Amino acid sequence: MPQVKMTVNGKPASGEVEGRTLLVEFLRENLGLTGTHVGCDTSQCGACVVHVDGKAVKSCTMFAAEAEGAEVLTIEGVAAPDGTMDAVQQAFQEHHGLQCGFCTPGMVMSARALLAENPTPSEAEIRDYLEGNICRCTGYHNIVKAIMAASGQDVSTIAAE
Amino acid sequence: MYAFDIERPTTLAEAVKHMAASEENQALGGGQTLIPTLKQRLASPEKLISLTGIDEIRGICEDDAGRICIGAATTHAEVAAGATAYPALAALAGNIGDPAVRNRGTIGGSLANNDPSACYPAAALGSGATIVTDKREIPADDYFEGMFATALEEGEIITEVKFPVPQKAAYMKFEQPASRFALVGVFVAKYADGVRVAVTGASEEGVFRWSEAEAALASDFSAGAVEGLSLSGDGMISDLHGSGDYRAHLVGVMTKRAVAAAG
Ligand SMILES: Cc1cc2nc3c(=O)[nH]c(=O)nc-3n(C[C@H](O)[C@H](O)[C@H](O)COP(=O)(O)OP(=O)(O)OC[C@H]3O[C@@H](n4cnc5c(N)ncnc54)[C@H](O)[C@@H]3O)c2cc1C
Ligand code: FES
Ligand code: FES
Repeated sequence: MPQVKMTVNGKPASGEVEGRTLLVEFLRENLGLTGTHVGCDTSQCGACVVHVDGKAVKSCTMFAAEAEGAEVLTIEGVAAPDGTMDAVQQAFQEHHGLQCGFCTPGMVMSARALLAENPTPSEAEIRDYLEGNICRCTGYHNIVKAIMAASGQDVSTIAAE
Repeated sequence: MYAFDIERPTTLAEAVKHMAASEENQALGGGQTLIPTLKQRLASPEKLISLTGIDEIRGICEDDAGRICIGAATTHAEVAAGATAYPALAALAGNIGDPAVRNRGTIGGSLANNDPSACYPAAALGSGATIVTDKREIPADDYFEGMFATALEEGEIITEVKFPVPQKAAYMKFEQPASRFALVGVFVAKYADGVRVAVTGASEEGVFRWSEAEAALASDFSAGAVEGLSLSGDGMISDLHGSGDYRAHLVGVMTKRAVAAAG
């Protein structure tokens, strides 16, 4: 089987994969990084979003072989090494941006991609950007609020729901 | 998925060689359509030939005729950000699917697939674009041959798409919210020598030009010019999202909106 090499969360990672091995399978099964979730496996839900060379992609809809030589960032690489959460994670906790947590890794990775492009997005821009991230629990309200808070915007006037 | 190998050529010549090696070999663009298809076991290639690592078929430039030329392996996100000389095209690309789909999906993949509800076919037909392959140049009017059918031959690779830039244009998509594809989408473009109106999502024959609307808009480029026109629901897609008559009605509505948006 062919060998694939990439950088995952700043560390070199390699393994043997088949042509059909998805990036998410490589992350979860070869590397044991099970923070990246598979919600639908049909490219719809965004639970599997990771960054490849800085861009948000659905890791269930990309082959591991295509990430050869790439820099991959998963939810495990977001917090500081001592466990201190980053601004988006912290805001999700403070603003109750999750319930069951299944969609959360993808939400956080998409939110970080959005903030990298647009540091102070409006509510409408956040909702538009999260088009491909589905949450069955929260009704999105607190996710949107958390992302606004993470971008340093005042959310005190937005009702808690 | 059935098992297959992946090749990642870095030049077009290598890719062409791989494609010629076996009829069972298939091009892989961004995989945003092909990977779901493979998962459903609706395709069983021997090898996938990945095109996204070939720099010579990526990127956006302008040719001597002032056309915007987009490499086939250019992602929707790159077109959204980079096709500044053709704002209606950039806007269309920026509204395909969601950000993660746009970071992988490519214009070549979209046009090769020719999904009857896809957005790019409307832009290509509505702009009278030229589809360039490793073998030839195909005018958009000769390229689309019905649902999921195109003039591409076995193993032929789209390398570039050339868009003449119109004076005014807009794409209006009535989104099917679950799939994010167009329930009906209309691309309207006004050129010095006429108006083109291309409709996606509606017909069982795939993307088509609405010639009555083109004629009416050629003499009067205003939403009002389309007012009295209607299309028949016969031959329109009818499914749980909408009947053929509903889609036919939407074509008129979206055409008017596109003309109004084009200004
Ligand atoms: C959630 C979701 C939402 C979407 N929403 C929309 C939408 O709103 N509008 C829309 O238009 N599309 C939408 N799409 C489809 C998306 O745009 C795909 O990117 C596109 O249809 C296929 O492009 P690709 O590069 O991913 O091609 P692939 O999936 O890699 O390939 C598709 C087909 O084209 C062939 N192919 C690929 N590249 C070439 C080439 N250069 N030459 C010859 N053949 C080639 C492949 O062999 C395959 O048969 C959506 C997809 C998803 C998953
Ligand atoms: S698991 Fe990848 S999009 Fe749902
Ligand atoms: S928190 Fe449960 S799916 Fe989003």
